Amino acid sequence: MTTERVALVTGGSRGIGRAICTQLAKQGIGLAINYAGNDQLAQETADACQALGVQTLLLKGDVSNAKVCEEMVQQVLDTFGRLDILVNNAGITRDNLALRMSDEEFQQVLDTNLKGAFYCCRAAYRPMMKQRGGRIINVSSIVGLRGNAGQANYAASKAGLIGMSKSLAKELAARNVTVNVVAPGFIQTDMTDVLADKVREALLGSIPMKRLGQPEDVAKAVAFLASEDAAYITGQVLCIDGGMAM
Amino acid sequence: MFEKVKKVIVDTLNCDPEAVTSEARLQEDLGADSLDAVDLNMALEDELGMGIDDDALPEMKTVGDLVKYLESK
Repeated sequence: MTTERVALVTGGSRGIGRAICTQLAKQGIGLAINYAGNDQLAQETADACQALGVQTLLLKGDVSNAKVCEEMVQQVLDTFGRLDILVNNAGITRDNLALRMSDEEFQQVLDTNLKGAFYCCRAAYRPMMKQRGGRIINVSSIVGLRGNAGQANYAASKAGLIGMSKSLAKELAARNVTVNVVAPGFIQTDMTDVLADKVREALLGSIPMKRLGQPEDVAKAVAFLASEDAAYITGQVLCIDGGMAM
Repeated sequence: MFEKVKKVIVDTLNCDPEAVTSEARLQEDLGADSLDAVDLNMALEDELGMGIDDDALPEMKTVGDLVKYLESK
């Protein structure tokens, strides 16, 4: 096996997750790619990583299920023999005004975005502690910092990720496991493509750089936090947002 | 068993071998925090092929407790 370091990226079939996978692959990092449903897109991500010369493992599964997360991490360990980097990127939206938001809409978003990340962190805890090193990067959102009308559930899940990450950072710091958060702003993906033109224009007006971010912008920040160069950075929230959160 | 456990404790907690007696308290005398306890348990599993069950972990106050528990397993 030629792979030196290994990453598990959840929600890796498309969007920001795919960009993170290929960016890590460029650095020779082996990739375990989790995805919820789209086999074809996941395979495309795996192919792109393999073309960069790294070993890949596709892991279909719903991260809101704790058992699935534990089995995934075990599969990574069985296949690669190690787990160095965990990127919790899987996320969903169920937008609605809070007034009309159903219990299910709130719960589903919390289950995938926050609990899913927790389950994966918990599963990676022991192996990373044992290795005396690791990198956990949780993908939050600017919405978790600033809130957003129609996204009480999403904002709660993304803000929750920040508090959880800081707590884990404190628990694991002495074991050389760092836990950081990236908070993307308005990034061009399937998730933002569905926004109405009016909403999009209003959002653009609030971005000092006056343009959308690209998935690669986020991926490069994640790759930095996953690298040896970021060894002394933990418990931080890095906004990748064209200046929105200032 | 005591010697085996002692070696794992010294290696994991980086403590003075002299301090690791049967009566030594893991927290107060050897400076183990809750994360060290998890660490120590993982090392015991690796070295001895058996560890402390999660529900019994809080009962392990001294080195002697560990030895007794592992011997009875």
